[in-house]
Amino acid sequence: MHKNTSHNALDILKNEVESSLKKSVKNIDSYTHVRGESLYVDDVNVRQGTFFGVVFDSTIAHGKIKSVDYSKAAQLEGVIRIFTYKDIPGSNEIGGIIADEPLFAEDEVHFSGMPIALIVAESEFIARKARRLIDIEFEELIVITMAKDAKEKGSLINKPRTFKLGEPDNAFKNCEYIFEGETFSNGQEHLYIEAQGAYAEPLENGNIKITSSTQGPTAVQATTARILGFPMHKIEVDVTRLGGGFGGKEDQATPWAVMAALATFHLKQSVKLVLNRHDDLRMTGKRHPYESSYKIGLSKDLKILAYEAEFLQNAGAAADLSPAVAERTLFHATNSYFVPNVKATVYSCKTHLPPNTAFRGFGGPQGMFVIESAIAHAAKEIGVSPIKIQETNLLHENDEFLYGQIATKVEAKNSWDSAKTIFDLKSLEKEVEAFNKYNKAFKKGLALMPITFGISFTNTQMNHARALVHIYLDGSVGISTAAVEMGQGVNTKMLQIAAQVFSIDKNKVKIESTNTTRVANTSPSAASSTADLNGKATLKACKALLKRLKEVAAMELKSSVEQIELKDQFVYVNSKKSEMTWEQLIAHTMAKRVALTENAHYATPEIHFDKTKEKGHPFAYHVYGTAITIVTVDCMRGTYIFDDVKVVHDYGKSMSEGIDLGQCEGGLVQGIGWMTMEEIAFNDQGSLLSNALSTYKVPDIFSIPRNIEILPLETKGNDMAILKSKAVGEPPLMYGIGAYFAIQNAVKAFNPNYQLKFHAPMTPEKVLMGLYEN
Amino acid sequence: MIQFILNNKTIKTDLPSGMTLLDFVRYEQRLTGTKIGCREGDCGACTTLVGTLNEDGTEISYQSITSCISPLGNANGKHIVTVEGTNLQEKLTAAQNAMKDNYATQCGFCTPGFVVALTGFALSKVEKNFDNALDAISGNICRCTGYKSIERAAHQLCGNLEYSKSAIALDTLIQKEVIPSYFKDIPKRLQAIQKESKPQKNKKAVYGGTDIYVQKADNLIDADVYNIGFNPDLKGIKIEGEVCSMGAGTTVTDLWNHGELNRYFPNLRKHLKLVSSEQIRNMASFGGNFVNASPIGDMTIFFLALNSDIIIQNQDGNERTIALKDFYKSYKTFDLKEGELLKTIQFKLPTKQSKFNFEKVCKRTHLDIASVNSAIHLTMENDTISEAHVAMGGVYEIPRYLHKTSEFLEGKKLTMELILKANDILQDEISPISDVRGSSEYKRLLGRQLFFAHFTELFPKQFQLNDFVAHA
Repeated sequence: MHKNTSHNALDILKNEVESSLKKSVKNIDSYTHVRGESLYVDDVNVRQGTFFGVVFDSTIAHGKIKSVDYSKAAQLEGVIRIFTYKDIPGSNEIGGIIADEPLFAEDEVHFSGMPIALIVAESEFIARKARRLIDIEFEELIVITMAKDAKEKGSLINKPRTFKLGEPDNAFKNCEYIFEGETFSNGQEHLYIEAQGAYAEPLENGNIKITSSTQGPTAVQATTARILGFPMHKIEVDVTRLGGGFGGKEDQATPWAVMAALATFHLKQSVKLVLNRHDDLRMTGKRHPYESSYKIGLSKDLKILAYEAEFLQNAGAAADLSPAVAERTLFHATNSYFVPNVKATVYSCKTHLPPNTAFRGFGGPQGMFVIESAIAHAAKEIGVSPIKIQETNLLHENDEFLYGQIATKVEAKNSWDSAKTIFDLKSLEKEVEAFNKYNKAFKKGLALMPITFGISFTNTQMNHARALVHIYLDGSVGISTAAVEMGQGVNTKMLQIAAQVFSIDKNKVKIESTNTTRVANTSPSAASSTADLNGKATLKACKALLKRLKEVAAMELKSSVEQIELKDQFVYVNSKKSEMTWEQLIAHTMAKRVALTENAHYATPEIHFDKTKEKGHPFAYHVYGTAITIVTVDCMRGTYIFDDVKVVHDYGKSMSEGIDLGQCEGGLVQGIGWMTMEEIAFNDQGSLLSNALSTYKVPDIFSIPRNIEILPLETKGNDMAILKSKAVGEPPLMYGIGAYFAIQNAVKAFNPNYQLKFHAPMTPEKVLMGLYEN
Repeated sequence: MIQFILNNKTIKTDLPSGMTLLDFVRYEQRLTGTKIGCREGDCGACTTLVGTLNEDGTEISYQSITSCISPLGNANGKHIVTVEGTNLQEKLTAAQNAMKDNYATQCGFCTPGFVVALTGFALSKVEKNFDNALDAISGNICRCTGYKSIERAAHQLCGNLEYSKSAIALDTLIQKEVIPSYFKDIPKRLQAIQKESKPQKNKKAVYGGTDIYVQKADNLIDADVYNIGFNPDLKGIKIEGEVCSMGAGTTVTDLWNHGELNRYFPNLRKHLKLVSSEQIRNMASFGGNFVNASPIGDMTIFFLALNSDIIIQNQDGNERTIALKDFYKSYKTFDLKEGELLKTIQFKLPTKQSKFNFEKVCKRTHLDIASVNSAIHLTMENDTISEAHVAMGGVYEIPRYLHKTSEFLEGKKLTMELILKANDILQDEISPISDVRGSSEYKRLLGRQLFFAHFTELFPKQFQLNDFVAHA
């Protein structure tokens, strides 16, 4: 059906999408969301006598602490106590992958915003007042803010890693064209609208319950236990939902929860610690800035024969998740292209910025930006359209990724061709050309962005989840999983699975909070895999229950299990409706003392990866898609407006069209933000300059593309995905990379002297300077 | 004592008037639907409505504000509506349904702010079209959805409101399930509330609070502030002959809504749309913008180019008048003595012969602080400039009235050559610094471009970008 290029076919497709959206399930939280009744950490009922914490942090990026005087602060009326590393009964260590990060600085500080103490007071206001009364003296040390400087000084988080395919050194010898260059992509602030926070409560026997806004409840639990020197079972972590995460609360929700728990441990009182926005911006890490270099070699017929990239990741002052992020950069170094000879190396460079962390895409976008830059560079020099090079090198079935996995069920070419035909790329290109011919003050630019994104935690051992399903004796169902709801709609998907397996009404199913006492030892909700892992576990649990229910029904109705079916809240025998309702079936099951609870475990099959060889099969599957971006640049003012982003996206068989479309649109706009207006700025002393929402701008409703069309790619789906509905959280962000190149193409159309640059984001400043450079 | 109606509940409180309205509703009243996102008016998660009784006490006009930078004292005598105050029993309102039906809520944290702002739109007098709906949520940031679903929700709501050209009667809104029925009784209830607390002079004076609460909230929240923005003497726009006087407490929205001024400045709304968001425009006053003395204040630049005068009153009630361009001395220093209050702004209205333009460029076109902004007011006699006033922000330590550039333009025939020469003078009059809003080179270039843009905007037939490119 995608072959027809007429507008009629496009309209039909759009109508189909619209009607499936109407029928599609709504986010189960919508009702309370729109009424302001959904509860987040700061909305939890506080117990009487709750205290409030404010973090005292370093004002310099690197130095020795010569002295700290807390006396004035401690004496302020309403201040309860000030906690430092000396108050930690266990170990002062919060590093997740590498043990290199203290909760509180001891003798040295390593970034501006590094926590030194926690002030606990009767109110947040008093604690903030007290913070201003602390006198601290530092001996300042040399500050590194750029990855390259760190590498030169030998300041690395861990050993560099290299992925290699074929023989790149030899292959370059056979290339008709070779180009080298450098790129920079800046960090990105998560800007979850709900800032970081946690609430800790004392329970009996010294146990502590933490309500945390975290993507990783187990990380909070384990780290709190480590800091307090407790066994993990004394710590209960509960998460209802997050007001946005985007990776920023995967590892970095932990310190605040731990601090609140530490204070609760000492004070035997509830403590709330919710960061205010400025503290959050200053103290938490962001998407990693990358300084990279590339060498690309092409044949005469534009095949990329060889590609080399060196990625310098600015990890910040501690490892956090940087090694894993760096790894994913390598996995996605060639994006949607097959390159037979590749060498990609990444250095995690230790600087004096706040430790950078997970952010939607997790290093993948940074890798893709570099190869897209290399292609744009090559195209310019050769004198062809980058689209031609992109198209010539798209990944095909059975091609080998640079990490050894063989590509199967590849949709790279399919999505590319579909986007070209459905949206009639030729006409779009002509329109842009004609516009540019007749307009002087405005220029348009067009770019294509294909994506191929691997789904799974690249750390194989994290790919597992559990679900605990209870059917209560009245027939209502409660489900606990490891999935954390942060707006991505994962709870809705869990609910759909149960409702579908049992064939009961959705309002019979409740998704419980994510709680470490119900589902333990969990992986964080990340890597786009939450719905797959937890969904598969839920599916497994529900199916096991269904099997038992059918056995009971067969016994009651004197038939065989094979003849039994549950449909629309009734038991069917041989496809005929019986008298037995869902509720009656549950009552019979209960009476027969058959378990109405099931706990299922799911671990992704097939995947493996050998880090000693840097080869394996790390991904359950890949998600594909292609975006066409068109922008108009105001050549007088250097501002721009995106006219269109037209996408064909590989959802597999979407189980929740409305939710998945929301993920696509949201990811795309976040990606555009990263590539355009979102500019993190540190001064050379490592102080954050973009330290407020007045100086760090994310897209608002007026800055998004005038028109976004996202159409589903017709595919067979993939059984590794939950109900063949592919992961959708991260991949769409990378469509936003097209924005950079579209703007640059418009600038080029205005100023023939313009030299291509690969230095994101493309702010209005860079555009104007480019429009008028000589 | 501060008295007001919060949703359906009458409030009497002795809490400090400087406390933020946000903290009051969340932590004193446990209305947790109003969220804390940034505490600086830049995200809209804390949007609430403020209903003000009109002069004859029959009707209430509602405006959206960000409660995080609004002093509790500003609620005095008003109807404050949070998301909970829009809720119906067991049903969703039109705005809520629009958000739900279109998947316009994901994590949900920004959602109540959007719902309240959209409800404010439904209650407002403006035409219920898509553009106006977007203006209503111009101060709301969502990090999840990418806004397209919110746009679809806005379309649905406009449809529910039948694209009404004007204000919709309360009864109709109640019947259409846009708002709960208790709204009907609010005018009477507000009338009954005595506005007893008169402003006291020894308190900290605050206009709208939109900047001072961003900069210095901790100094204010346990203080009693004197909300001069609500002093009726400081409100209002008067036009007498060719002179317009505005009270310093006049808000940007007051200007936006002023019919006559919109005739004098046909592009007024286009220009004002570049100034923050609707929520902030509803609070931000000219007095506050002027005494904040930011080198980049949008309204300051606007009124500098109108060659405005300001009237300053001391504690004894004596007044003095100075030109706004003489008000600023050096960075954040201005000619206002202890006890003095900026009371009125006066300027000569544009004539048929005069042309006015305002330009602003920032990282994000809306709800952002300019890298450079500029305004120009030219009076033309045929093709000769008889009077010129040019102002530019972000290029000097104070909001810059470009004396030499303006002087140079006066009495000369408007030609391409003149503009290019004027730009040379302009470049000597500015000395931008590099900061988070751009490098000094960029601001210089942008200054030139915005100066050129004034002429392509005002004289489109005579000047086009390409002519400048060829010459510059």
